[in-house]
Amino acid sequence: MLEVTDVKKTFHPGTPNEVRALQGVSLSLERGSFVCVIGTNGSGKSTLLNAVAGTFLVDSGRIQLDGTDITRWPEHRRAKLIGRVFQDPFSGTAPSMTIAENLALAARRGQSRGLTRALTPNNRGTLRDRVAAMGLNLEDRLNNPIGTLSGGQRQSLTLLMAGLKKPSLLLLDEHTAALDPKSADQVIRLTQEFISRDQLTTLMVTHSMQQAAFLGDRVIMMDRGRIAFDIAGQAKRRLRPEDLLSRFEELRRANQLDESAAEMLRTQYV
Amino acid sequence: MTLLIGALTVGLILALLAFGILISFRVVAFEDVTVDGSFTLGGATAAMLITAGIHPLIATLCGALTGATAGAVTATLHARFHIDRLLSGILVMTALYSVNLRVMGKSNIPLVPEKTLMNTANRLASTLFGGRTVLHLAGWEASPRDVCGLLLMCVVALAFGLLLLAFFRTNLGLAMQAIGDNSRMIRALGVNVELMMIAALFLSNGLIGLSGALMAQYQGFADVQMGIGMLVWGVASVILGESLSGTTKIGYLLTGAVMGSVLFRLLVAIALRLGLNPNDLKLITAAFVFAALVLPRFVSGGSRLVRRDRHA
Repeated sequence: MLEVTDVKKTFHPGTPNEVRALQGVSLSLERGSFVCVIGTNGSGKSTLLNAVAGTFLVDSGRIQLDGTDITRWPEHRRAKLIGRVFQDPFSGTAPSMTIAENLALAARRGQSRGLTRALTPNNRGTLRDRVAAMGLNLEDRLNNPIGTLSGGQRQSLTLLMAGLKKPSLLLLDEHTAALDPKSADQVIRLTQEFISRDQLTTLMVTHSMQQAAFLGDRVIMMDRGRIAFDIAGQAKRRLRPEDLLSRFEELRRANQLDESAAEMLRTQYV
Repeated sequence: MTLLIGALTVGLILALLAFGILISFRVVAFEDVTVDGSFTLGGATAAMLITAGIHPLIATLCGALTGATAGAVTATLHARFHIDRLLSGILVMTALYSVNLRVMGKSNIPLVPEKTLMNTANRLASTLFGGRTVLHLAGWEASPRDVCGLLLMCVVALAFGLLLLAFFRTNLGLAMQAIGDNSRMIRALGVNVELMMIAALFLSNGLIGLSGALMAQYQGFADVQMGIGMLVWGVASVILGESLSGTTKIGYLLTGAVMGSVLFRLLVAIALRLGLNPNDLKLITAAFVFAALVLPRFVSGGSRLVRRDRHA
């Protein structure tokens, strides 16, 4: 399904700011699997997601999706296969356009956009049903600019938009990190609903040990641009947040991080 | 009365320019300064072709096409070679001064009304009003020719306004609006933002070139200087229209652009009538735009042309 083979990426090579963000990452996702990616800040988890999405081209290695080599594809071309939700709730929607218009844009993800009318009464009805099914009472506000909605509502709609046309791969980049706890719960509930309903292959980066432990069927931990561990199957089902924390602790000792960094880990992840 | 009709006609011709500015500055948020050059290029091309005996309608369309090409070049400089948006526009605008002189072969081409689109207005006048030389409209006297010129431009502005409105409701039109609103999002939805930007500036400068071509025929000459200040003029119209319509809906913005353009032209005509020195006109226009940009900030949200923090 998704095959990432020995992918490397260095930002600002040859300068004092050189960052070796990905140092040979290989990853294989089966169809329908839901994988959580965790790791400290700067471990390369978001970089991995962006490499797959095509935000930048990798230095070496290969990325295959659906049996197609997409390593050199530009970002907009990969959108044919990939649906995405960003961390920033404002990134996924066009604020001054209406809910209906945003959905109409998403309904043609990766397809040619010609001179046919975008919102016919017919597809407006279809979109309305999809919005109503989310249970957020937004179906009567389809003509409101999306910028008038709350972050949680916008993120829920972004999620709906990413899955509106079924993607081969769904990329979620800490999509609840910027939300208040209640909205975050709601978005996670919708995430689970959409993924299980459409059997979406998903790669989700998260900061939350709870989410990583209780969601999905596999957890990958990134550290210093490499995959530090990969837990799937029976072991994943038994996994609890505390186990992940102790894994972090192990890594901390292995890397001999100083105490202040460890403190930061505790405050941020516990 | 002649003054009023003249002001309205010019206002409607420049409404096409305002549409163009609306698309570049407002819809796709590209500060395109090609305008002064592409407006003249449209006029120059049309004038040159008309003088060469080409049908005025074809000449006008060619004017629109050359203007559009200039816009596409500006967008390409930015997209392909990563030159700053303003600088791309300045480069093309500067180059166009020479191009326009080359196209015209001299700095000014006079046009005989009988060979331009204004002749259509004349013919319309003779069919509608027969041989009458003076019309009485609500107690005012007007020449049938001027009235028909105004009617003609009304039809043109209305037609292009409706076409644009229909366009912005298509899938392509929606995607074009989205690149100005959230380019990251629309790229993730599979749109080639660079290509779309080129298309948007092609469309925008096409309208501006068309406006220049019509202007040259209306005033009876094309001049290499006719585009100077047109950018600010268009921006003034769009701002005026924005404050008149007061929403972000594209239909209202298009209507606002027409109203803004006509109203602004009327204000200028009145000011000139009251004794404003024509030489001061561009200074006054710039001052007006400055005031329009800055004043709303103290009153309410401010114009979107200044504060483009779209994360509302």
